[in-house]
Amino acid sequence: MTKTINLTLKIWRQSGPGSKGRLETYIANTISTDMSFLEMLDVVNEQLTLDGKEPIAFDYDCREGICGQCGCVVNGRPHGPENGTTLCQLHMRHFSDGDTIFVEPFRARAFKIVKDLVIDRSPLDKIIQAGGYISASTGGCQDANAILIPQDTAEKAMDAAACIGCGACVAACPNASAMLFVSAKVSHLVLLPQGRPEAAQRVVSMLKTMDELCFGNCSNERECEAECPKEISIINIARMNREYIKAGIASTVQ
Amino acid sequence: MQLNANIPGGPLAQKWDRHRFELKLVNPANKRKFNIIVVGTGLAGGSAAASLAELGYNVKSFCIQDTPRRAHSIAAQGGINAAKNYQNEGDSIWRLFYDTVKGGDFRAREANVYRLAQISNEIIDQCVAQGVPFARDYGGLLANRSFGGAQVSRTFYARGQTGQQLLLGAYSALMRQVAQGRVTMFPRREMLDIVVIDGQARGIIVRNLITGETERHAADAVVMCTGGYGNVFFLSTNAMASNVTAAYRAHKKGALFANPCFTQIHPTCIPVHGTYQSKLTLMSESLRNDGRVWVPLKPGDDRRPGDIPEDERDYYLENKYPSFGNLVPRDVASRNSKEQCDKSKGVGETHLAVYLDFKDAIQRDGRDVIEKKYGNLFQMYEKITAENPYETPMMIYPAVHYTMGGLWVDYNLMSSVPGLFVLGEANFSDHGANRLGASALMQGLADGYFVIPYTIGGYLAGTPLKPVNTDHYEFKDADTAVNEMTRKLLDINGSRTVDDFHRELGMIMWDYCGMARNNDGLAKARGMIQKLREKFWRDVTIPGQGVDFNQSLERAGRVADFLEFAELMILDALERQESCGGHFNEGFQTDENEALRDDDNFCHVSAWEHRGAGEEPVMHKEPLVFENVKLTQRSYK
Ligand SMILES: Cc1cc2nc3c(=O)[nH]c(=O)nc-3n(C[C@H](O)[C@H](O)[C@H](O)COP(=O)(O)OP(=O)(O)OC[C@H]3O[C@@H](n4cnc5c(N)ncnc54)[C@H](O)[C@@H]3O)c2cc1C
Ligand code: FES
Repeated sequence: MTKTINLTLKIWRQSGPGSKGRLETYIANTISTDMSFLEMLDVVNEQLTLDGKEPIAFDYDCREGICGQCGCVVNGRPHGPENGTTLCQLHMRHFSDGDTIFVEPFRARAFKIVKDLVIDRSPLDKIIQAGGYISASTGGCQDANAILIPQDTAEKAMDAAACIGCGACVAACPNASAMLFVSAKVSHLVLLPQGRPEAAQRVVSMLKTMDELCFGNCSNERECEAECPKEISIINIARMNREYIKAGIASTVQ
Repeated sequence: MQLNANIPGGPLAQKWDRHRFELKLVNPANKRKFNIIVVGTGLAGGSAAASLAELGYNVKSFCIQDTPRRAHSIAAQGGINAAKNYQNEGDSIWRLFYDTVKGGDFRAREANVYRLAQISNEIIDQCVAQGVPFARDYGGLLANRSFGGAQVSRTFYARGQTGQQLLLGAYSALMRQVAQGRVTMFPRREMLDIVVIDGQARGIIVRNLITGETERHAADAVVMCTGGYGNVFFLSTNAMASNVTAAYRAHKKGALFANPCFTQIHPTCIPVHGTYQSKLTLMSESLRNDGRVWVPLKPGDDRRPGDIPEDERDYYLENKYPSFGNLVPRDVASRNSKEQCDKSKGVGETHLAVYLDFKDAIQRDGRDVIEKKYGNLFQMYEKITAENPYETPMMIYPAVHYTMGGLWVDYNLMSSVPGLFVLGEANFSDHGANRLGASALMQGLADGYFVIPYTIGGYLAGTPLKPVNTDHYEFKDADTAVNEMTRKLLDINGSRTVDDFHRELGMIMWDYCGMARNNDGLAKARGMIQKLREKFWRDVTIPGQGVDFNQSLERAGRVADFLEFAELMILDALERQESCGGHFNEGFQTDENEALRDDDNFCHVSAWEHRGAGEEPVMHKEPLVFENVKLTQRSYK
């Protein structure tokens, strides 16, 4: 049955990339526990609008946990307290009446703040541009069933491919590293026979680009795995490291 | 205006080959001299931009989201069709073609649908080559499942995330082209107008959503892949940014809008549960492979589902349609849910829901098997409703999901404005009055990977194009008009929020232009929409500035267009005095309450022309000629 709760929100407000931000306090009363977190913010924004104030800027699109556009740090955790859940899928039933909730943007050296809770994650696209693909131009591909792929392999590739590119792993990492993100793409492609030919070049180039874009290094903190809304495993990082070493060996042999 | 669909001659199966041969080619060395704008990075736009760049064209790609990978296509769950016949069930290009034409209630073009079925197989090959991790059988071959409206398993899938995986495939191809310098990406841009010079589409005006400033972009052709307009209903399964703005503004610049009233209401969505609700969540149609739909036999039976014995349940789809059972097409399934709820047999708190029950499937196959097929969907359901579908049946209700209507295009996917091509859900081309499941992904990728690369070449090679730049007065005028509209919106300073208006519009559309329509209701709705639009322009309030990141302003522009476009939907629904597919006019039904078509008078595409503010739009008919299939009353019994 529907219940309502009253909340105090401390939300990060910042008018632009260069300006100074601060936490502001908002009261959100009679919030239905069936609402999603973003719907709760909608309600706050409707009221702000009617009061003639500027609503809180925050990103979203699908609101069903797949596009990766939403995400803030809620009470210190990217996407909030529930494991395996994006912010848009986090429901208010996980909060209690009288709670104070802190909402801040994902913070990382590589991500600039655009406004309030909205950030610029374009560096993640740049990492993909550095090799997160299989070079198969349109046309002329062989029959889809020509190469058999064991079910188990396909499933593992899918586990890695489930990454939604939200950046929570970067925000969670004390070093603001994008290793989980990069390793998910590397693993997805390298597990499949179609992705093998470019394996060495891909892993080297993607990691190099990651470094250039000011992401930090991995020091095995495992925070990324804990906060990933798609529960992408750090096994992928181990797999990527193996691929990286193999790539090095291959290049010295040549 | 004479509508020419440019359908090639010759036998159906040879039309596409023949047409490709007859289309002029652009010399490979000349391709780099052409600039192409692609708006949208969903399956249609992503695949088009990548493929055109691979051919050597200069491409500019635009999207609303912060990265192309987040286009609404990412949310597609269930799968993509192809006529591979891997399961040896007697599938074929012809059968996929026939099922799609019949599923669309005979309101689509034969030639387009046949081409789609032909291309379907190449799409799967392409996606596998890109590394799309489709589901596989133990032996390593590709797995398939069934979707509504078909009796063969022809749907390829990647768990419940097929759209995501296909889009990431197209996105990775696109990123590869960005890296090679063939595509320039413009994310966080909203197209607010097209620019037509000497009758040809030569560019667009976009608003940079971060700075709020407008930008002008010129090109030799514009390819719009901006998705569907289901959000005219406010609540739908579409992503929040899905809009009609791009299509509608092109419509105002001369592109005809075809069959706007054809909307698809999907039968299996999580029911509405509160007034604050911002969107509805789909539960993939694939669930109907194993889930059984039922309601209590007795109206008003409020017992818990587990307390209702077998013989007091009505598995109404299985009873009414023995040969297709739970897998009838969407329009049929949705209408039947509504009928049950109208008879007071709806379940749950609101009584606007029916059960989708997996008990028998779990008993038969085991929980593991069901979890493997639908695990992420069950999880999503539980997150939203806090109920466990492995133990209690899901509750579902129809919701707006897809729009078959869209900008009118010819066989080349070119709109009535030369040089403006429209792909994917944004065009009207292949699904008639009802789309079959797993066919939108197929169409988006067919259009982008395998149709536009040839047809745009034919246009560019065969059309004299004067050099233009963005100082041209048409660019200036369009730019000024866009900024003028922004200023007007910000100046209203009224007392109601944008969402408040949008929600009210959505209710009108759902009540009068939704699953069932009638002439009186439609006429009434038209008046209501006009009044609401007038109120909007008097009383909406939009905080913030024009030259800033301003999400209220973004939404206001979209709602302003929905408020005009909704009226066009109503007009179209009123004009079509028959029932077909998703357009169910209560005045036209068979004795068994199925849609009753009128092929003598309405076997045509209705293509609407904009005549300026305050003028009645004019309808042009494109007759649909069926040479290969016989028009029959659709039956799924
Ligand atoms: C929840 C859900 C599940 C679905 N599941 C399936 C399925 O299993 N199988 C199936 O076949 N179909 C499915 N569909 C339908 C299918 O996903 C869509 O029809 C299809 O993905 C549309 O693709 P598209 O490329 O045409 O447009 P979209 O993916 O909607 O992309 C539109 C693009 O245009 C951009 N855009 C829009 N307006 C503007 C503008 N004004 N300016 C600039 N850019 C703009 C957007 O940013 C975006 O990049 C599903 C739909 C939904 C809602
Ligand atoms: S809004 Fe798409 S993942 Fe949250």
